Amino acid sequence: MHQQHSPIDLSSGKYVKLWQGPQHPGITGNMSLELAVCGDEVAECKTHVGYLHRGFEKLMERRTFIQNFTVVCRIAVPEPTFNEYLYAAAVEELAGIDVPERALWLRTFNLELMRLASYLMWLGGISASFGHGTLYQWTVTHRDYVLDLFEELTGARIYHMYIVPGGVRAGFPEGFADRARAVFDKVERILRDVETVLFSNAVFKTRSKGLGIITQDMVDRYGIVGPNARACGLKRDLRKDEPYLTYDQVDFEVVTGTASDAYERTWVRYQEMHQGLSILRQCLERMPMDGPFQARMPNVLHWEVPAGETYVKAECTRGEYGYYLVTDGSQYLRRIHVRGPSYTHAVALMEDLAVGTNLADVAGLMVSLHTYPPEIER
Amino acid sequence: MADFKQLVEHYSKSYTIKDVREQKPSLAFLRVGKDEAVHLIRDLQETAGYTHLSFLTAIDWIEKGHFTLTYMLHNYAARHSIGVHVNIERQPAEMESIHQLWAQAATYQRELREMYGIRFPGSPRLDDDFCLEGWDDIPPMRREFDTVKYSQERFFDRPGRASEDPRAHMQQILYPTHKD
Repeated sequence: MHQQHSPIDLSSGKYVKLWQGPQHPGITGNMSLELAVCGDEVAECKTHVGYLHRGFEKLMERRTFIQNFTVVCRIAVPEPTFNEYLYAAAVEELAGIDVPERALWLRTFNLELMRLASYLMWLGGISASFGHGTLYQWTVTHRDYVLDLFEELTGARIYHMYIVPGGVRAGFPEGFADRARAVFDKVERILRDVETVLFSNAVFKTRSKGLGIITQDMVDRYGIVGPNARACGLKRDLRKDEPYLTYDQVDFEVVTGTASDAYERTWVRYQEMHQGLSILRQCLERMPMDGPFQARMPNVLHWEVPAGETYVKAECTRGEYGYYLVTDGSQYLRRIHVRGPSYTHAVALMEDLAVGTNLADVAGLMVSLHTYPPEIER
Repeated sequence: MADFKQLVEHYSKSYTIKDVREQKPSLAFLRVGKDEAVHLIRDLQETAGYTHLSFLTAIDWIEKGHFTLTYMLHNYAARHSIGVHVNIERQPAEMESIHQLWAQAATYQRELREMYGIRFPGSPRLDDDFCLEGWDDIPPMRREFDTVKYSQERFFDRPGRASEDPRAHMQQILYPTHKD
């Protein structure tokens, strides 16, 4: 199913082996690309992962259900909140726990805030990959304002442990909604500057247009999801197709493109940031500000979840993110499998798209696919 | 899902399908034999609209003496997923490859070879290290792999606290001469 490329004869003297990574300018996370180049054109690409393997799935088999909620947020470093939500949702489904409405809204708000923070870092990464160091500083600074909001709401900037089985840990502090709106206004202002600087920049346009083209017939063959698929015209978004939490109560558009190259994928993600800001503002207007935010739970220190299995998924910045959970009726889960979009985007797809690319554009290609190695090796 | 029931009825004419269970309207599970599994999966992909492979993973039922492979397929038009279960022996653990159906299947199969010792003959780069460079013990996701024993054999304990109890530990640091 991989594209068949001509075999490389390293003894011919035409090719040089280069090792790109595991550090990358686009802050994708740590993975290596073993490149065989002919001149400055990539002839072969093999990916090497494992730098961030922490053994989470084995670890979680030896922890009780409540202990695992402090562990899951650390699986995917840049977007911990989705892990918290999906683990909680999977356990709640098998344990038959209903979450109060206020908690559903708070979870939606939390996920969208996480999406905003993740996209701000990504926008800086894609800019830096094409030489825009200043844009990186702008977006990461504004990501810091978002992390300040997380710190106020949850007590932590990155690993919040805020979404727990049954609901969330707390409601909004006093005045939080106004402070959040002020941050959203700041982010919208910087996004206008980013649009002016990045998307009309001749260098960025020249280098990114036509880079790493994904066609519609590749999408299902490679399991491509999220903005990578939407940028080639496929209107697939779990928040609309299989609504969860309160996404059926907010209005937003599913942004699509026409030809999924690096430029179009950047544009689609940039537009999704504006949609995300709109969702956040709607959450602040519509969510109930009082009422319970956590369901009545059994004694979590001796919690036996009934035997069963399920697969829950959510639309993260990179597409379908899922948790497959199997329980056997004991106090420990039997099996948990974390399905990250980068599993296919950063391995099979990257290896095929890199062939024929200019060496200088490999970093930009990788970041345009929005790869996150932590979710590949877990 | 009425369509899913019709789907099971239709494919039950050609395959031996067991343990059919609808977890929720958007998700169902079924089990099929090892010899028929890849044919059924290809059929679901080519004719029933289950064109997306969400993941391929394994569960180690050591007490029952088998692995259960789970192929999670998704139909975008119907907004429905099917988890196809296949039981295989733990020793030797081998299954027909599906790398020709989906490109990402080769990656999943490589990981299952490394983590469970399950072989998929013909799958590309199957014996290349995936996460565990230079691993020389049994596949670590198998239930018989003892993580504590591995840590104690490979790493040295740093001199630390003798007590696991935080209160006792802090009391020893702050008040070493105090006797409770």
